[in-house]
This record gives sequence, C-alpha cells and structure tokens, in this order.
Amino acid sequence: MRGGAVALVLAFAATISIAGQSQTTAKPAAAKAAPASAAAGKAYKAPRTPDGQPDLQGFWTNSTYVPLQRPNGVTKEIYTPDEAEAAIKAAAERESEQTEPGTTADVHYDFTQFGLDRSQSTFARNLRTSLIVDPADGKIPPVNAAGQKRQQERAAARKAAGGQYDAVENMPIGSRCIIMGGAGPPLMNAGYNANYQIVQAPGYVMILTEMIHDARIIPLDGRAQQPTGVKQWVGLSRGHWEGDTLVVETMNFNGKNAFQGSSDNLKVTERFTRTADDAISYRFTVEDPQTWDRPWTAEAPLAKTEGPIFEFACHETNYGIANILAGARADEKKAAEQKKGSN
Amino acid sequence: MRNRLLIGTTLALMAGWLLPVLTNVAAQTPAAQAPAYRAPRTPDGKPNLNGIWQTMNTANWNIEAHPAGPSPVRELGASGAVPAGLGIVDGGEIPYLPAARKKQQENYANRLKLDPEIKCYLPGVPRSTYQGMPFQIIQSTKHIMLIHEFAGAVRTVYMTDQTEAPADSWMGWSNGRWEGETLVVDTKGFNDLSWFDRAGNFHSDALHVVERFTPRSAETINYEVTIEDPKVFSRPWKMSMPLYKHVERNAQILEFRCVEFVEDLLYGHLRKQPAK
Repeated sequence: MRGGAVALVLAFAATISIAGQSQTTAKPAAAKAAPASAAAGKAYKAPRTPDGQPDLQGFWTNSTYVPLQRPNGVTKEIYTPDEAEAAIKAAAERESEQTEPGTTADVHYDFTQFGLDRSQSTFARNLRTSLIVDPADGKIPPVNAAGQKRQQERAAARKAAGGQYDAVENMPIGSRCIIMGGAGPPLMNAGYNANYQIVQAPGYVMILTEMIHDARIIPLDGRAQQPTGVKQWVGLSRGHWEGDTLVVETMNFNGKNAFQGSSDNLKVTERFTRTADDAISYRFTVEDPQTWDRPWTAEAPLAKTEGPIFEFACHETNYGIANILAGARADEKKAAEQKKGSN
Repeated sequence: MRNRLLIGTTLALMAGWLLPVLTNVAAQTPAAQAPAYRAPRTPDGKPNLNGIWQTMNTANWNIEAHPAGPSPVRELGASGAVPAGLGIVDGGEIPYLPAARKKQQENYANRLKLDPEIKCYLPGVPRSTYQGMPFQIIQSTKHIMLIHEFAGAVRTVYMTDQTEAPADSWMGWSNGRWEGETLVVDTKGFNDLSWFDRAGNFHSDALHVVERFTPRSAETINYEVTIEDPKVFSRPWKMSMPLYKHVERNAQILEFRCVEFVEDLLYGHLRKQPAK
C-alpha cells in the first residue's frame, strides 16, 4: 500500500515538473486547461440550441487553483502567466503534502490519485489572483453586526450539540452525503470531481452537479419565486436570458448550507456567458444585507471537459460515517475502561 | 383470497386476450402501426416528452396485484396502510425462478429492515418512475434527463455518444433511440441492490430494462417496460402504466433530500451515550 503511494507521489512530481515548464512545451495539465481570456469572448458567438437559446450544453468543470479570496501579501489582481504557473505549482504541492505516508490523511484520501489531484485532469485556467472581483481587494466584505450575532449563535448551538463525533447531526453535511460544495448556488470548485453537465430544453436549463447527483432545474418562463414556505438547501432558482447571458436568480435558501456564513435571506445572481467553444464565463453576485453591508462578486470560469458523468451514489455506501461514529464510541469505551483501571 | 383469485383469473384472461392483439399489431406494416396520436414536436423534430410526469397507481407498494392491508408501521394506522392495486405486471404475476420467489417473500417479511427506499437509497429503474413522486423530463438532442424528486435521483439517457455501462450503478446506464412516436430507453449496468417495490420484488445485477415512452395524448404517455434478468426470472416480462403530466402552471420538482430524514434510523445507535 505504502509502496503504491510512493509510486504515485513520484508520478505526481513528474506532472508538476512538466507543468512548471514554459508555455510552448507540451504539458498535459496545461494543454487540458481551457483559456478563459476575456479578449477571446468578444468576437465569439455562441451556437444555438434548436429552440434558439445560446447553447451552454455539455460537460464543464470549474476546477481551479485560484482561491476565492486573494491571499495575504498578494496585491495585484492578475498574475502574469509565469506567476500563475508558480501559484498552481505551489498549491498542487500543498495538496500533495496531505499524502505523507503513514498519516491518517494518506490512508483516507491519497491526493496523488487521478481525479483527486486537480493538475491531472481538466481545470479552468484563470490568471486572477482571487475569484472575487468585487470588492477590489479580492476579499469577502467584513461581516456586519447582524451577521456576527448569527455566527455567534450558530457557534453556540454547535457547542451545545456536543462534539463533532457525538452524533451524525454534528458532522459536516458533505461527510453526511447531504449536499456538497459544488452544487451551490453559487457553483464552487468542489476540490475534486468538480464536474457539471448542462442540458437545455425549451423553457428550461438543467445543471447537474456530479457530487452529489444534484440536478438544478431552472425555469425560464418568468414565473415568480415560490412562497417563502418552500425553503430548500439549494434555494429556488429562476432564470432568463439577457442577450447571450443566462441570468439565474436564487432565493429561498433554508440556511442549513450557509454559503460563507450567509443567512437564509441570501440572494445569489449567476451570469453564464459562453465565451468560446470550450469556455463559459461564470460570474456570481452574493447579496445578504443580514451578513454583509454590500454585495460581492466573483468570477469562476467553466472549462469544457470530457463526459460522461457517472452516478455519484454517496449516501448509499457511506461506510465512513458509521465507522467514524463507531470509532468514537470505541475510543470512549476504551478511555472509560482505562480510567476505571487507574482508579 | 377469493377476490385475489378472481383478479388473477381476470388478468390472465385479459392477457390471453391482449397478447394475440399485440402480436398482431407488431406483425403489421409500419403504416398500419402508426398510432392514433401524433405528439407535438420539439424544435429538432422529435416527439415532445418535456414536462413533469407522475404515475397514478399503487405499484410502489407492490407491482403485483394486492389487496388493501394494514400499515407496516403500527403507529401510522390508516395513514400508513397499503391501498389495494390491480398490479402493473402484464399477465398478473412475475415469472420468478422458484428460489427467487422465496427470496422475494423473505424480502417482504423483512421489508422494514431491507427496503432501500426506507434508507433513502437511489430507487433504481423502473421503480423511480412509479415510486409515487413526480419526475421531470428535460429533452435535448444528445441527452434526455429524467430527474426524480425522490432522493434527487437522476438518469441521463444518451441519444448519441452511446457507450456500455462503465461500471454497475443504482440507476443503470441508459442509451436511447426514437422509434417513430416512441422513445426507447435501453438500460443495463445495474447493481443488485435496488428493489422494484415495497413488497420485496427484486432483481440481480444481470437486470436489463427496456422502457418505451409513447405519447397517447397531450397530457399522457403510455409507459411500457420489459424486464429481463435470467438470474431471477424464468423469462422476460412486461409492466405497463400511463404517465400523467402535471398541468399546474407553477409545477416544479421540489427538493426531497431524504438523507437527513433517515440518519437517526441508520446511525442513531452510534450516538454518544450520556455518561453514567
């Protein structure tokens, strides 16, 4: 097992060194990364679906090494290609550190495996230093007083509920296979399997997120938002076309998957514009006056990737959650016995 | 019991009457085959199946004919009781191999522990169709999506770029084609973990499902399914039922993210016990 991991680490190192070479050299990772330059989008006219919608269909990924917020110490908005390459290399190396042989992380997820290591599959190339484009500092605006109060209340509720492994409800929702970060809205790079499938029919756009087979059906018929009695993990989405841009507004979140600590009054506005055969410009704006005094906006391009998407049956074989809880109970039992023995 | 026999006899008689008719139709020329109803077309010229659909039967309780019965959960009383149904299996009875019928009976006896639906597992095919909740068809040229409310189960029907199933899965791997007015969906690559209903009717990983969606009016589809699984059944068999379209203007598939609803049932025994 350990030997296998070492071999994979070596393969990974080879990939990184290739990715570190100049743009003109053949490099598998970068060759797969779709360009997301704004200039390429200007002259481009998206193909049309049979019913005349701009065609966004196909398989896409928002896998990226660009962080949501600009790292401390970085002041520029856009990297040069060489700087971006160095940032990718550094980020990839940080990821691979999780696979130090003999550590728990290594046993659980070997990040050098194909599919977990982003640099081995398609990722959306982006020269930005942060996904956030507004505010200009590339950071999420400060949380206001109402937001801080809610965060304190949530922290207190978590503390009152006990330790993370005391009960399944205390564990992270992704580990519980309820919903994962990629589904959003907004669509966020999920770390691995960050794949989407878009299918359009007259009056509808459907976005399937691979993890966890989350299909968001967006009606385009101008219907009103549902009554607020229907609150959902993914909210309720309504879409319309503004020229060649699909605009999707989502409200009525249930607040249990609070995006960046938002309230259930969160409103997310997404804008999808196809800028090339292999690229979609994806921008989202987050508004929640109960958390931030101003809206903020991020740009997280989608790059065309190869399908198909396979079924991600997460809950059905979630042995991990049962084993983690059983392990915690076994630890407690052992500790109690030791305590008894030392008395 | 007498009623059940009567229903069984009636279905057998009906099947005896229907089968020659079906065979007869199939043997006719394409022109004579043309169904009475011609569906409106999508912009790319295919029969338009887009919409939110749902069945109106008790098949999810038992796809075979069954009388009404008490709730399997005492506390639910009449609200959880089983409504009677004439069954959706052509010919009335599933042609199980003898050992498989025995297994189905064991499944039924232990259904509260074993039925994957209770655990919020992906429902499999064709149970996803008649499980009782609505599903939406998003019909595009290359891909036709079937999106189910229950557990957010999703099927992609590949109309082009067709491949074999890359691995076994709960919802299988579906390739589709148009035969005149009918969408034919051929699905293989199933695991052996899903059931057909709450009565323990089941299949193996050799399951092969062929579904035929034929519009019969603006708001109904004839849904016919052929089930083949030589490890479990002595011969291929069919089920059929209509699908009904939601006509409410604001109809939409809502969230039924049921994992949360079953966690205490599945993992409650692993909860930290209060210190003694």
